[in-house]
Amino acid sequence: MSDSVLPATEPRFGSVDDVRERLRSVDYLSDEGIAGIVYLADRLGKPVLVEGPAGTGKTQLAKSVAEITGARLIRLQCYEGLDESKALYEWNYKKQLLRIQASRNTGEQSGWDDLSDDIFSDDFLLTRPLLEAIRAEDPVVLLIDEVDRVEVETEALLLEILSDYQVSIPELGTVTARQIPLVFLTSNNTRELSEALKRRCLYLHVDYPDMEREQEIVLTKVPGVGAVLADEIARIVRSIRQLELKKAPSVSETIDWARTLVLLGVEHVDAETATSTLNILLKYQSDIAKAAKELSADQPGPGRPAGSASR
Amino acid sequence: MTDAPVVPGPTSGAEDTGPGDAIVDLLGGFVLELRQAGIPVSLTEHLDAVEAVGSIPLEDREAFKYALAATMVKHHAHWRAFSTVFEVYFSLRGSEYALGDDEEALQPEDLDDGEGGASGERPANQGGPGDALTPEELAQMLFQALLQGDDAVVRAMARQAVRRYAGMEPGRPVGGTYYLYRTLRNLDLDGMLERLVDQARDDAPESLTPLEERLQHDEFEHRIDRLKQEIEAEIRRRLVADRGVEAMARTLRKPLPEDIDFMHASREEMVSLRKALQPLARRLAVRLARKRRHGRKGPLDFRSTVRHSLSYGGVPAEPKFRYPRPSKPEIFVVADISGSVAAFARFTLHLVHAIASQFSRVRSFVFIDGIDEVTRFFEGTEDIVEAVHRVNTEADVVWVDGHSDYGHALEVFWQRWGTEVGPKTTVIILGDARNNYHASNSWVLKEVRHRARHVYWLNPEPRAYWDTGDSIVGEYGVHCDGTFECRNLRQLERFVDHLV
Repeated sequence: MSDSVLPATEPRFGSVDDVRERLRSVDYLSDEGIAGIVYLADRLGKPVLVEGPAGTGKTQLAKSVAEITGARLIRLQCYEGLDESKALYEWNYKKQLLRIQASRNTGEQSGWDDLSDDIFSDDFLLTRPLLEAIRAEDPVVLLIDEVDRVEVETEALLLEILSDYQVSIPELGTVTARQIPLVFLTSNNTRELSEALKRRCLYLHVDYPDMEREQEIVLTKVPGVGAVLADEIARIVRSIRQLELKKAPSVSETIDWARTLVLLGVEHVDAETATSTLNILLKYQSDIAKAAKELSADQPGPGRPAGSASR
Repeated sequence: MTDAPVVPGPTSGAEDTGPGDAIVDLLGGFVLELRQAGIPVSLTEHLDAVEAVGSIPLEDREAFKYALAATMVKHHAHWRAFSTVFEVYFSLRGSEYALGDDEEALQPEDLDDGEGGASGERPANQGGPGDALTPEELAQMLFQALLQGDDAVVRAMARQAVRRYAGMEPGRPVGGTYYLYRTLRNLDLDGMLERLVDQARDDAPESLTPLEERLQHDEFEHRIDRLKQEIEAEIRRRLVADRGVEAMARTLRKPLPEDIDFMHASREEMVSLRKALQPLARRLAVRLARKRRHGRKGPLDFRSTVRHSLSYGGVPAEPKFRYPRPSKPEIFVVADISGSVAAFARFTLHLVHAIASQFSRVRSFVFIDGIDEVTRFFEGTEDIVEAVHRVNTEADVVWVDGHSDYGHALEVFWQRWGTEVGPKTTVIILGDARNNYHASNSWVLKEVRHRARHVYWLNPEPRAYWDTGDSIVGEYGVHCDGTFECRNLRQLERFVDHLV
């Protein structure tokens, strides 16, 4: 394996609990799995592929890890049509042209070889996020966001970086990382990622938190919310998630809802308040109608399939 | 695991803190089991796992599990299968300490009991702490524990219930579900749920609003679910103790959601299938839309090419192509929804309508011995689950006796809608073609095929069963452009992909 080539990096965390505590200190409440995998990623020097429904704090995880390790966050937002020149590096074409023109004007009689060596040097290289992360002297956390949005072919761009932490530039040679950065890739799972990519990463599935954790998240993130209200919010959200919806409420939507309730001065959620503010939790009209009907009915209705509670 | 305690070193190098040989062997066996269960584990992933367990404290069972999952399981849908294999494979080996906190919750006799099971004695005859209790007392204790959400007691009760009700006998070749069923039947959890809700209602200082009641209900349901999981785990542990890891790993192996057979899915598997369907439909839609957009270039756009050639002084240096607009097929789904294949029809209808945007029009027909158009249930609603539910309850599909009659259904289809089948139409027929020895009327398909672009037949039965008994798929098949075996989500997905 390539470990021998790479410079040894000091471990950033002492133990799994250490990760957990420090994440908590920046208001990111992790669970056993999340903390454990962040710890492993540091120890093994491997990227982490974070998958899960939208709005469960995948991107936030990378940000929080950057914060607790005191590292700079370098972010590459993926989109359809992303290519090498946007993700890795690009030659500064205009500057190269200028350089050639300048040498002609000053009447320099340098040979072709000198010139081509010159214009394909560091000065003319525009670094893009991936290369920047590799070349950074200071500690960095690299976040490759929504990697499922790029085409399968483009994924290949990432492979060299992810496995060997290096970038090969034909004109310059290979740029190797000075330190192993922590790398996070996030995916909303709109398509299957390639095996090659998955093989190089540790896999972390972030799901909706369980009720206790969600309640804690509401308590930490929303100032002015009482324990009773937070408990009610968490329980209602859990009930709503058990319905078959187009889009279940995400954690960020729960937080928004909690904020709204606090602003409205609500101390106790009843069915009426819940239904009138549902549009913050749910974004599809059909979902809202369904949830409203369910929340005001006394017994679980027929719309709710048996056994959906087992998760 | 015990004889190879590995202390993670401060450095990250793998060599100096490499895990002991025992662990490596153990993991090798585990990887084999995973592969047997259908989870693809590559060699690199195996090596990563070995390296990973070197960096975590092995006493921590949870951490150990997550480390293995993170390095070897790269698909969320595989988690359940992984979890089962893990529990089975490591359940005995970990019993000295990994389950220790469980055991502490119980009296020492209980430990004896566990070992008694391992050495082949009948666990049911052993004296446990709860054995003095009458069934009523047991139920009452369980009731209280669930009411207060006391996990430790619930766990102890789960063990007690299994010991008492499952009636497990060593060497008896029945699966875990049988014992689970016996235990749950005796506990009457549905009744328990109602009583819990009633109790909560009585305990409340003032009367509960419907919403509060609803939340209570969900909370108890959640606790009962946990109880069921405990019971399942306990049964598994006992089975492993009785029959050994290898045998149990084989019987308890859970198929991956995409490999679950539609026709033989348990209720629980149905739930996981339904869950898997939604993301599948979304993924498929994204993929198909992408394929459409990024497909090959269209024909040369002469006008645009000439226009652009002006900037090159009239030289057509930059040929322009038309934007490709592949035609969208019109789909007629004709589905048998009689008991034997209902689940399959439901999933296919669901999937086809979920990606309806990829077709110019989707019309659905369902039949048993009568046939009815059900497109109206899907129109104007965004809730496909609800629509499929209405199809099953409201469609008028019974003509005489409610036994499948393909011949009659096809005939009526031809009479009523035959003229609407056009050259852009693709007709998909879903069913096992078990016709109860009625007339086949396969001439209908022949006629349909003349008019339609394609006719496909999807059969949820294994190919080996085709044309046995009253199945006449072969007779229909000759008039189709293709007959496909479609037993699980994987095959269904492949077919839909092929269709577009």
